[in-house]
Amino acid sequence: MLRPARCGSGSYSQRPGASAVVPGTLWAVLAKVLNSEDMNFFSRHKNTLVLAAVLLAQLLALGVQVKRQTAEGPVRVIRLVAVNSVAPFERFFIYIGGGMRGIWSNYIDLRNVRRENIRLKAEFEQVRLDRAREQEDARQARRIQALLGFKENWIDSTVAAQVIGTSGTESSRLLYLNKGSSDGIKQDMPVITPDGVVGKILTVYGDTAQVLMISDPTSGMGATLVNSRLQGIIKGSSTGRVQLNYIMGDETVKPGEALVTSGSDRIFPKGLPIGVVTQVSMGRNLFLDIKVKPAADLDRLEEVLVITEQKWRAPDTTGLGPIRASDILAQHLPGVPEPPQAAAQQAGQVAPANQPAQAPNAPAATQKPPVVKPAVIKPAAVTVPAKDASAPKPKPRVPAAKNGASTAAKNPVQKPAVPKPVAAKQVTPNASGAKPKSTAIEGGHPE
Amino acid sequence: MRPTNLSYTSREQVDVYSFSWPVSVGLPLLLFGLQAWIPVRFHYLRVFDFGLLLTIFFAVSRRNQLSGTLTGAAIGLLQDGLTRTPFGAFGIAKTLVGYLASSIGIRIDVDNPGSRFLLAFVFYVFHRAVFLGIEHELMGQSISINFGYEAGAAAANSVMAVFLFALLSRFKIRE
Repeated sequence: MLRPARCGSGSYSQRPGASAVVPGTLWAVLAKVLNSEDMNFFSRHKNTLVLAAVLLAQLLALGVQVKRQTAEGPVRVIRLVAVNSVAPFERFFIYIGGGMRGIWSNYIDLRNVRRENIRLKAEFEQVRLDRAREQEDARQARRIQALLGFKENWIDSTVAAQVIGTSGTESSRLLYLNKGSSDGIKQDMPVITPDGVVGKILTVYGDTAQVLMISDPTSGMGATLVNSRLQGIIKGSSTGRVQLNYIMGDETVKPGEALVTSGSDRIFPKGLPIGVVTQVSMGRNLFLDIKVKPAADLDRLEEVLVITEQKWRAPDTTGLGPIRASDILAQHLPGVPEPPQAAAQQAGQVAPANQPAQAPNAPAATQKPPVVKPAVIKPAAVTVPAKDASAPKPKPRVPAAKNGASTAAKNPVQKPAVPKPVAAKQVTPNASGAKPKSTAIEGGHPE
Repeated sequence: MRPTNLSYTSREQVDVYSFSWPVSVGLPLLLFGLQAWIPVRFHYLRVFDFGLLLTIFFAVSRRNQLSGTLTGAAIGLLQDGLTRTPFGAFGIAKTLVGYLASSIGIRIDVDNPGSRFLLAFVFYVFHRAVFLGIEHELMGQSISINFGYEAGAAAANSVMAVFLFALLSRFKIRE
């Protein structure tokens, strides 16, 4: 509209209608400015000025955002527009790529499948064995936790999501998922794979969610070194490298040590695998510089799990049998190895009997098979005096009795669970008056 | 706008091109979608910055500093929207690239593969320098520069530019 340089008339005041300008008014001043050399300067350097204006606007916007990191406000709208503009293209590529890969992997590339099947079957058998052993360990751990009143953070539900995109830049390690608020995903929910931790939900949109990976420079997560139990903070860097911070320089950390989540950030459940220490060196400010290789392959993520619900509750001990102090004692008391001669004698005498001299009203728990130290369990040692009165008097297991008795007496938790009546019942049938071998501890728990 | 008085430019070089609206809007979105999707499958292809290449291409084709500035700003802000960086970080870097590329496009021949390779290489390095400067000075983040990696990424982007520019030239409309 007011373009004196282009109107061709040479002067704004000379344009038709401009004669109505009254000297001395604001309009006259404006017309004078527009006709001045300054205005010609603006029109001559239009491109440079536009560049400066655009840069200035962005610098201002940048300053506002950097100062107000948490209050996104109107910025979030721009981000939303950007994400929603690109998301359909990402979905399109995922759809096409998934179809192509499906055709290739399901119909064409089936070489070595039979051989792999055999290998996997063998591996599966091994895993089953390992699993059985670990289940037993887990049961024991839960019994102990319940006894000590520990509570655990349990993962109650997860949502599987597909990775449909990334930030596309080196400096920002973000992922985009194909699930959003409509699928129950909320901000700060942990994102994992079966291998380990990936990151947390940063922003949630309707059908899309943004994940901040642990390799992003702005991320942070509490971590514990598995062997040394040292705690630090896992952070990313601008190059995508993951490192463990805030471990003091005088601590000993060795490469190869595993890292798990500590749960101290109140976002990630405790005990999830994070990665392995790859390099340790002395860093700045008296802290160690510890590089970590993430357990999850952060560069090749296709599907992830979002933990949508966590609950703190006591461990479930259903089906684990009664919780007894003797189970705890069994973990701590040293087993007393039997002298070889006595052991051979007992074996010869007990083998034919093969009947535990359990009193009819003895607690059922005493018949429970041993869990931890099978070598120490000797039900026969209890039964010998009862069945065979003429048997030579075995040496009493004084150290074990002493140790156990004193421990039980000192510990108010353990004391009530030591079933003295059982010991009495086992002793009474000894008609010969021989000194009973069994003690309260031995009667109380089969170990 | 057409510096035909410059003796060292051919007629081809001084031609000014434009692009249809679907190409101007759809092409950046399509390439950003591709750039966001590629690292999911091939993480080592994360080095390609299609936004930068597109900024250079539009700027040198239109040969208009105003247009180059605005195109760079728009593409940079779109890229900011897809990352965790504040709005303006990529925006400023690409605005400068758009302005300078269009300025160069007026003066020198940018339609042969050799000059395209050099142009993309120089602007990639310039863009990274500006971005890292913003990240360090304005955003207060610590940065670590691996010169070998940056040089490799610049070369990779330059090779990509040669092929991409040849492909995108089909969408040019001579004014």
